[in-house]
Amino acid sequence: MRRWRSRTVTWQIALYALLIVLALIYISPFLIQISTSFKTDADAASNPVSLIPQTWSAAAYERLFLRSDFPLWFANSAVVTICVTLGRVFFCSLAGYALARLQFRGRGVIFAGVVAVMAVPAVVLLIPKFLVINQLGMYDSYAGMIVPLLVDAAGVFIMKNFFESIPVSVEEQARIDGAGSFRVFWSVVLPMARPALITIIILSFQGSWNELAHFIVSTQSPELTTLTKGVARLASGQLSQGTQYPLKLAAALIMTIPVAVLFFIFQRRIMNASEGAVKE
Amino acid sequence: MTALATAPRRDRRPRSGLRRGETLAGWVFTLPVLVILGVFLLVPVLMALWVSFSDWSGRGSPFAPGVGFVGLENYAAITTDGGLPTRDFGTSLRNNAWYVLLVVPLQTALSLFLAVLVNRAVLRGRGVFRTAFYFPSVTSSVAITVLWLFLFSATGAVNEILSWVGINGPNWFNDPTGIVHNFLGAFGVTSGPDALTENGFLGVTFWNWLAGPSVAMTALIFMAVFTTSGTFMLLFIAALQNLGGDVEEAAMMDGANAWKRFWKVTLPQLRPTLFTVLTLGLIGCWQVFDQIYTGTQGAPGKTTVTPAYLSYSSAFLGQDWGQGAAIAFILFAIIVFFTIFQRWVLRERPVSRRRARQYEVRPTGRSMR
Repeated sequence: MRRWRSRTVTWQIALYALLIVLALIYISPFLIQISTSFKTDADAASNPVSLIPQTWSAAAYERLFLRSDFPLWFANSAVVTICVTLGRVFFCSLAGYALARLQFRGRGVIFAGVVAVMAVPAVVLLIPKFLVINQLGMYDSYAGMIVPLLVDAAGVFIMKNFFESIPVSVEEQARIDGAGSFRVFWSVVLPMARPALITIIILSFQGSWNELAHFIVSTQSPELTTLTKGVARLASGQLSQGTQYPLKLAAALIMTIPVAVLFFIFQRRIMNASEGAVKE
Repeated sequence: MTALATAPRRDRRPRSGLRRGETLAGWVFTLPVLVILGVFLLVPVLMALWVSFSDWSGRGSPFAPGVGFVGLENYAAITTDGGLPTRDFGTSLRNNAWYVLLVVPLQTALSLFLAVLVNRAVLRGRGVFRTAFYFPSVTSSVAITVLWLFLFSATGAVNEILSWVGINGPNWFNDPTGIVHNFLGAFGVTSGPDALTENGFLGVTFWNWLAGPSVAMTALIFMAVFTTSGTFMLLFIAALQNLGGDVEEAAMMDGANAWKRFWKVTLPQLRPTLFTVLTLGLIGCWQVFDQIYTGTQGAPGKTTVTPAYLSYSSAFLGQDWGQGAAIAFILFAIIVFFTIFQRWVLRERPVSRRRARQYEVRPTGRSMR
């Protein structure tokens, strides 16, 4: 018995050691990123691994916020992300509700269409999207950046699944009381859908904040540059001379913060979101 | 027709009075989604299909009278002409094929491994470990690429750490040599047999097809595995938690050790999730774009050009819209092909007679269906 015990203890220690090493591998790039953003250029080049800067320097942040377009990029990303998220929450829940609950002719066809659309890879649509945005005269405008992202087939799918899981009886009561379809949706069903709505909010915030390809093909003017586009340009050296790693890493770090905050607030939900979403 | 409309109904209570106007509401509710998906997805695909058969130069409307139909010319230019576009397309396919070949198995194995590790009921600090593994997945590909360019720069953190163990790391993002070639070079093999160097496919010699991913691409492969393993880990955790413990218990009673239980009991039950992860991985890997745009722009020596990036650069940078669109459609076909292929390989097969005999003694759970 004792031998069995000590063997499990050894196993436990080995397991934790392995997990800690793995976790360090996953975390350390970000720790290095944070510390490097406070280093001087020379320090970053000569001590790439050290987590404590030789001389602390906020030069990268000063430069980004006071002497670059960075605040503008940030504002653009924020505007687009907020509009897209609001739109997706509304449109996806509306369509999801109709597909889950309303009995109408053509429902099956619409649902099949939405599912089929989910299968089209986004990268294939780069040129096509540009063509249509251009034809509609929306190229290089907020409309061109926002409208095509307002709807997301996967979001419709998630909402439909959620609405199917809540009992019909609640709505029936409201219907008997004479409420119309929209009324039932807005004041009865939607408030109940909070868990699913939060999932959509997280997904669309993360998706549109991190979106790059769509903004590349839908805009060109500097005033409409988003964080992803601006930082990508910064990385490829189009705006800066030399390596300037502290500057680039600081930009990438700030860009990560909103998503990271969202992640830590809704951590538990995000960690469980995959359960419902991926059922085959 | 009425029968059709009422078919999905679940209960038979007559409620036509309450259900009046639902057709209208249904269409109104789904209209925004239909319009936006139609206008920004369906119509564009059709337009791009036309552009891939035309000589549109990017000016004006692709439907203007001056734009000509050129048939399969654009497709021929990138597949059979043997010129620069063919070579570029061949190179991009080679690069991406190696990327898929390495990333998909690595990320699947690693994410399953992580899921099994953190799924233990007795594990303390499970949440912390899961968070650590998942966090890279929520950050943007642009931010991660910027970080990666620093970590893998010539004097970066990775090479510094390698130097601690006496390894002189490569100049990652500037090294176009293929890792298979480098491996062969270590044994003195620097050029291939004539059969491989003199023949080729899509303007790339077989010897170069076999070069392996370039060192630069390898750094991007590490990045992909680092950022996606967390997402897929969550899928595996969800699946593991849905497994009934009874089959595993039965196996434990029969004296199967942990290793055997994993391969013979757990893994077969994870088949649907495994399929999801492999398919999503495959689809994602054929779409590498952000990382290339942000990081290498195809350099060094075009060894990180992917079809997705090539499609973008031919159209938007090279103003060769027809070829760009043609590349996009070939890429689409590749993704569809592999998805179907995978579905076919991993389909639920009837158990072979030899296999069935193994199970005859105790025909239990669902896994053997």
